[in-house]
Amino acid sequence: MMKGVASSASQGQSPKARGEKTTKTLGMKVVEGSYAVAHAVKCCRPDVISAYPITPQTHIVEHLSQMVANGEMDSEFLTVDSEFSALSVLVGSSACGGRCYSSTTSQGLALMYEVLYNVSGMRLPIVMNVANRALGAPLNIWNDQQDSIGARDVGWLQIYVEDVQEAVDATLQAYKIAEDPEIMTPTMVCMDGFILTHVYEPVKLLDQELASEFLPPFAPRSILDTADPKTFGAFADPSTYTEFRYLQFEAQNKALAKIERTAREFEETFGRFYGGLVDSYRADDAEIVIVTLGSVIGTIKDAIDSMRAEGKKVGLVKVRCYRPFPVAALREALKKASIIAVLEKDVSIGGEAGLLADMKAAFYNSSIHPPIIGFTAGLGGRDITINDIEKLVKKAEAAMKGIESEFEFLSLRTEIL
Amino acid sequence: MKPTDLGTYAKNTWCPGCGNFSILNAMRAVLAQLDEEGLPVEEVVLVSGIGCHGKIVDYLNVNSFYSIHGRTLPVATAIKLANPERKVICFSGDGDCLAEGLDHLIFAAKRNIDITLILHDNRVYGLTTGQYTPTSPQGFKGKSTPLGSAEPPMNPPELMLVSGATYIARGYTHGIDLLQRLFKEAILHKGFSFVDVLQVCMTYNNLYESYNKCVYEMKGNDTSSFDEALRLSRSWRYDGPDAPIPLGRFYQVDAPSFEEVFPGFELVDLDEAKREKKISEVLERMI
Ligand SMILES: Cc1ncc(C[n+]2csc(CCOP(=O)(O)OP(=O)(O)O)c2C)c(N)n1
Ligand code: SF4
Ligand SMILES: [Mg+2]
Repeated sequence: MMKGVASSASQGQSPKARGEKTTKTLGMKVVEGSYAVAHAVKCCRPDVISAYPITPQTHIVEHLSQMVANGEMDSEFLTVDSEFSALSVLVGSSACGGRCYSSTTSQGLALMYEVLYNVSGMRLPIVMNVANRALGAPLNIWNDQQDSIGARDVGWLQIYVEDVQEAVDATLQAYKIAEDPEIMTPTMVCMDGFILTHVYEPVKLLDQELASEFLPPFAPRSILDTADPKTFGAFADPSTYTEFRYLQFEAQNKALAKIERTAREFEETFGRFYGGLVDSYRADDAEIVIVTLGSVIGTIKDAIDSMRAEGKKVGLVKVRCYRPFPVAALREALKKASIIAVLEKDVSIGGEAGLLADMKAAFYNSSIHPPIIGFTAGLGGRDITINDIEKLVKKAEAAMKGIESEFEFLSLRTEIL
Repeated sequence: MKPTDLGTYAKNTWCPGCGNFSILNAMRAVLAQLDEEGLPVEEVVLVSGIGCHGKIVDYLNVNSFYSIHGRTLPVATAIKLANPERKVICFSGDGDCLAEGLDHLIFAAKRNIDITLILHDNRVYGLTTGQYTPTSPQGFKGKSTPLGSAEPPMNPPELMLVSGATYIARGYTHGIDLLQRLFKEAILHKGFSFVDVLQVCMTYNNLYESYNKCVYEMKGNDTSSFDEALRLSRSWRYDGPDAPIPLGRFYQVDAPSFEEVFPGFELVDLDEAKREKKISEVLERMI
């Protein structure tokens, strides 16, 4: 997976980024993904952390509770009775002006659902790592992205990362984006459960000094304050409710530029860049472009390299930011594609799938009309292999002559149906 | 029927020495015995929560339902109301029903619905590998509380008593005879029955030695007296390494159960022919 980072980072690296400041960053260390993320959270200096244990998120918050106990972090760590309580605790803390952190996944994210809307509606810039996992029934603890894709409309920003290094870096960036006075929108940094939380790989841990320089203290304009009383979460009747939603909608639109800018600023300071809203790999002259999110990108890049060696013009566009949905960036990145093949680890039962639906919507009214087909795969932790990617590309090739199926379950085991 | 007839082919994945084995064995024996005595196992429905404890339904060849974390009792309540003739037994963890699903536990007791709840009280989140729960002792050093948990523990029998449960007992996984007796009493009790089982978790919270030192069986206590049950249930508050821990029955009284007073629920007629007719009527209406 580091291969992917190295290629995207080096392509995008500015001379300044390779200069003086990067020598200040620590060297690489082989650590567990959850540790690396916990370390990044520590560097963000949250005031309050609250979480409820659920596999595969547990290691992240356990590392944090240990760091708090060791006195390495000046944070309150609240253990609670459920995810619902965890996020509710943060609603109060954030409204009082604290920088807040949580992490969850799957069933836990589902249980938070009501509070997710509260947080975004009150414009509380809480950051949360979602360790993506499948939802039951049937009971399954392994990775897919149904949990956070299913929460795409709750008003949070969503960033999907490809590897542990990006998870680390995106966590720091997330606070900077979320807490911008123009944005004030909570953010999920989504990382594939187990694949990224439990893997050990070489990572550059954040340097505290640089992180503090990059992310200044949280300075909200509006907080609960006895000297200047306010109400949060109050009643909005039909004469104003729409405008609250509109302002959230506008803030997400503004976040598009902010996310790009933050990725560039991060590059200036730390020398690493993953694309702002989207990134691409060998897509410039590609006829078939795969569009996807998350850790499967490493596999796809390998598959593309071998197919390229056989002369197939295949490329990749990675959706790094899923909410707000980066329509303009995608149109630009895909303007020369002959066909777009969307691959995702979720399904909208009764419809197609989240990313596919958004992709079709993004292109329908544009002047470019490549056919768009979609595949769901990797549900409940099934590996997506190079073989699967090659199969997908074959289907995309065939679809260039005429679409037979707009959406399908890739590598379905029909023999057990 | 022999207890072994209730085994399944599922591979057991509990840690060696886990107290869940005693709960499983006691329950198998009791269900087999009740079957001999006229309560066919086919009439029994098991509902489990999510946690190490939840796997018990994989190991018992009885109708069962895996609920989601914390929600055994809502599922069990519906099963009981739809079919009041069934015996409904829940297996829940201290995390499952004292944290995530605590509201359901209180309501089940308040309604006095005829369900048995076996609490696998290992005083730790086992399946998520060792965090504190509502019954962990104050100062418990788990993975989420490296400095020790700051909260005093909850006292489940006391909570059940004041919430309205009509059968309350406590067992221990190193005392299988008592466990069997309590399980049988609880299942045969009409109304909400609650058995707090002090369950040894070998891996994350092994209290075997301190329990062995402290447990004693209550004898001659007046189980119809609320005050005496309250006093005894409060005599050990899930803290202190040396306080005596009472085991056995704290409380048992008769009171109307929820399914008896639940209004307007017509029992499904199980006569085969009538049932088929009813189904085709419904289908015809809908197609
Ligand atoms: C909503 C939700 N949050 C968290 C979890 C993760 N989880 C699975 S089991 C468990 C706790 C189990 O503890 P307990 O109920 O005491 O059972 P034990 O494993 O100790 O038997 C948790 C938190 C989940 N499945 N669903
Ligand atoms: S972790 Fe504890 S409760 Fe779970 S199976 Fe092992 S010993 Fe039993
Ligand atoms: Mg437990």
